[in-house]
Amino acid sequence: MNFSSFPKESVKVEEVIDCIPVGVAVLDTNLRLQAMNRALEAMTGFSREEAIGIDCSHIIRNNLCTQKCPAKQVLENDRAVHLEGNIVNRERQKIPVMIHASVLKDDEGKPLGVIETIEDISLLRELDKKTRITHDFADLVGHSPKMQKLLEILPIISQTDSSVLITGETGTGKDLIASVIHRVSPRAQGPFVKINCGALPETLLESELFGHTRGAFTGAVRDKPGRFQLADGGTLYLTEIGDLPLTLQVKLLTFLDDKEIIPLGGTRSARADVRLIAATHRDLQAMVRQGNFREDLLFRLNVVRLEVPPLRERQGDIRLLMEYFLNKFNRQFQKKIKGFSPEAIEILRQYPYPGNVRELANMVEYATNVCHESIIKQEHLPDYLGGPWDEALRPEVRATVGEMGSYPGLEESIGKRVADNRLNWREMERRMISEALVKSRGNRTKAAKILGWGRSTLWRKMKQHNLV
Amino acid sequence: MSEKLLITIWRDQVAPRFDLTSEVLVATVDSTGEPLHSKTVVLPTVSAEDLCHMILTEGINTVICGGIEEEYFEYLSWKKVKVIDSVIGPYLQALELARVGKLEPGAILREEASQG
Repeated sequence: MNFSSFPKESVKVEEVIDCIPVGVAVLDTNLRLQAMNRALEAMTGFSREEAIGIDCSHIIRNNLCTQKCPAKQVLENDRAVHLEGNIVNRERQKIPVMIHASVLKDDEGKPLGVIETIEDISLLRELDKKTRITHDFADLVGHSPKMQKLLEILPIISQTDSSVLITGETGTGKDLIASVIHRVSPRAQGPFVKINCGALPETLLESELFGHTRGAFTGAVRDKPGRFQLADGGTLYLTEIGDLPLTLQVKLLTFLDDKEIIPLGGTRSARADVRLIAATHRDLQAMVRQGNFREDLLFRLNVVRLEVPPLRERQGDIRLLMEYFLNKFNRQFQKKIKGFSPEAIEILRQYPYPGNVRELANMVEYATNVCHESIIKQEHLPDYLGGPWDEALRPEVRATVGEMGSYPGLEESIGKRVADNRLNWREMERRMISEALVKSRGNRTKAAKILGWGRSTLWRKMKQHNLV
Repeated sequence: MSEKLLITIWRDQVAPRFDLTSEVLVATVDSTGEPLHSKTVVLPTVSAEDLCHMILTEGINTVICGGIEEEYFEYLSWKKVKVIDSVIGPYLQALELARVGKLEPGAILREEASQG
């Protein structure tokens, strides 16, 4: 319908909407402006004399206008919408806004037009940004000179679009740093896509990274976008880059050069606006010397290099992290533990942490769970901390220790312990299975349920233990 | 000497936003404003940066657009590209006025715009 038949009350519409402190626009069903208030005049820079009768997309200039026009959605679905977007005003300022739109109807329920409120949320966004930055960096705890150096450079690196290579031992917080870089970067609104280069076989990894076209291989029934495409406008985080096969290193190199990727089985390249962050615990220079990693790729990834120090080199940070994790797990487990006893502090300070911050976090989590007093004491710490540290490492830690070169003699001791531990675990597992089978009177379905496993897992493990 | 104009377009109108433009009209006119030739280009990406890049590589002298952010306006002006922004109305009408040097920033070509 034409807005000229809008009821007589329309005369008063502007007087009424002028009292509203956010921008208000009244549109007819053709989405032409019929009324706007002073707040919207100030926001857009157009006077109502200029704007009345013009398609709202030319006056409000919301980014949603050309694709997901809120007013059109409201008229089509007869349902109010609330959308966040931005406008560009006559003063050439881009303003983030929140738009609420709903249908105006006559007495018979026939749509007369649309009423939109456009709220300037730039202050809110600024505040959000500041809070988010403070919050994001709050996750990175450390006062040691090495960490301070890293924390000083992070905000600067975040604002650039350069590739970043994060190196450091396992458990030092490479993933956290990558995620913080993304969250405080101009790409924060875009996706943060992570992929572990060591977790997938080569062909699968290629398809995962670059996508594939229909018919690229048996079972490829439709085009599938790769992680590069999924990360468009955001950040792609390649963890364990040292495990990337040589053939894929070439493809990655091509992307870094041309910002284009070719999906598996495809002939046409596609652009991907992606910032790359790579991480590894391996010595890439040594891998280059051995011919396992391309030197030219290393040079391109190495634009910004962040070396995350191991915990043993972060003097003073252990104490700080102990308190940080204690607070965290206190909140998580609803405990009220006040601190650590001097003996517990000493043990935790002396430990070499081959598993770095992750290992310390695990220890504090364990202690917080076990402790039912107000102070964490020596007995609340994991047992293997009681003796000499190199004689009692957990399997999880042992798996990572092989990567360390700074503890001569450790690997031998660890190797022995691993063997012992495996034996113990095997025995224990066998016993658990036997007990479950006895309890279930030989019923494997019931036994699997008791153990919390699937039936096939139980069968596989029974086979391993020669129980079938 | 000929002059190259670029108009950001959306349907038959000047596009409301420079940064969200997906189609442009590039027209070449001679020194008297007579049209030599024109072409419509569908942009591969919707990006203000890419559009600025195209404007510079195509050797555009004048850009006619709707809303544009200060950053891109300043950049193009610094690169000696004349920007007639905040134009509302049918792009062909805007082009006609620009050819004869009568298109001003903020022009609202109302009659045609209301026919939309």
